[in-house]
Amino acid sequence: MIFEDEPVPGYPLPILPGHTSPGRFERVLRAGTFAVTSELAPPDSADPEDVYRRARIFDGHVDAINATDGSGANCHMSSLAVCALLTRMGYAPVMQISCRDRNRIAIQGDILGGAAMGVCNLLCLTGDGVQAGDHPQALPVFDLDSLSLLEAARTLRDEHHFLSGRKISYAPRVLLGAAENPFAKPVEWRAQRLAKKVAAGAQFIQTQFCYDVPLLRAFMRQVEELGLLDKVFILVGVGPLRSAKAAEWIRTHVPGVHIPDEIIRRLAGASDGALEGRKLCIELIQEIRTIKGVHGVHVMAYRQEETVAEIIERSGVLSGRVPWYPGRDPQANTNRMAS
Amino acid sequence: MYAVRQWSVRHARGLNAFYRGFESILVALHPLWKRLGYQRLERPVAAVERSVKGLLFDCRMCGQCILSSTGMSCPMNCPKNLRNGPCGGVRANGHCEVRPEMKCVWTEAVAGSARIPGGMEALRQVQVAVDQRLQGRSSWLRVVRQRVGDPK
Repeated sequence: MIFEDEPVPGYPLPILPGHTSPGRFERVLRAGTFAVTSELAPPDSADPEDVYRRARIFDGHVDAINATDGSGANCHMSSLAVCALLTRMGYAPVMQISCRDRNRIAIQGDILGGAAMGVCNLLCLTGDGVQAGDHPQALPVFDLDSLSLLEAARTLRDEHHFLSGRKISYAPRVLLGAAENPFAKPVEWRAQRLAKKVAAGAQFIQTQFCYDVPLLRAFMRQVEELGLLDKVFILVGVGPLRSAKAAEWIRTHVPGVHIPDEIIRRLAGASDGALEGRKLCIELIQEIRTIKGVHGVHVMAYRQEETVAEIIERSGVLSGRVPWYPGRDPQANTNRMAS
Repeated sequence: MYAVRQWSVRHARGLNAFYRGFESILVALHPLWKRLGYQRLERPVAAVERSVKGLLFDCRMCGQCILSSTGMSCPMNCPKNLRNGPCGGVRANGHCEVRPEMKCVWTEAVAGSARIPGGMEALRQVQVAVDQRLQGRSSWLRVVRQRVGDPK
């Protein structure tokens, strides 16, 4: 889809009625389009070109790019900086904010800073524990949790003040997101937790990796029973598995990833595990797409980001549309620049 | 102690009922507390609270107790200090991501809340961020002053 006022790098879009952000990601969601997002692993580098290279790989295939915030408790370039670089090019980043490394003073400052740099989407996360990463000796902060973080962001946006009550002069115009893991215990309470997040301000949800569709269906039924389907956009997390061995490693070492035995057996039985992993991912996307209340997929392919474009292409979820990327419509940009 | 803490969650219903009674007595005695001086009572009451709740719940004296809303499973025992429900890292066996030997404080909280009348409803309330200034102070005295509308 092409909006007549596509973003020119550095120019915010007008905020449409009923929207909270000037971003194109919110426009895609509210237009009822099946959205596709992916995740950029920030580099261990201070070179902006490393960020752009990692973003370009998704060109024409995703509506928004998540910039992770020290994911897995490993140190990388900050999500704020990655997002600031991406907005310069006109990309629509989702700035992930984790509660692990910063207190409420730093986080609220980053929300204002991010919005000032053109960030239109926030993903409010608790964050992995420090034991999972490369600095297990670090102080885990967890001053806020994902819910109180959502409330802090919503307060800044809608009530124009900090948690302290002190006023701000210009509110961050952002779309607020949160994560949910329908596959982790207590499974029966996960939809309730989603309801809490929606009550705290979440407008979109990106879930943990889904390899268990029946469990996802059960979760979505509960979400529907709670009357949340028209209150929140749900994007389901998917990703290719490289081999049975990799899948086994992920489910034992990565917190919160649930991979059923049958998936591992299927990968183990294939002659080319990586190919089968991509095929499986495509099938999952196609099946997930048909579930009521699912508004998109979030494709996470850590260290195999180059496979994302092919997976999205072959899954057919874009239905022929080409999400915006720098240089997609040179004519439109020139026209607006001139006007 | 971990075993006692688990016992407390299993007996969430009784403990909650007991606490309700205890709280009404504390509130009824507000004139007495006021006469003695809340400031003066702070340290001895906090010490009693620390030992009783420390034994039963591994209480961390956050000073803003929400045990009745968390099925008698103290959320401050969560390594991420989560006060609004479990994180996404809970293991397949229901144990903690950060401390694998421990059951997730929040899987316990959901189980405990199911035993308390109105517990599931309380669990759904969004809890505000912890006020770090209250760390180490008596939650009991704070509750009494809130209930009688005496802010000091």
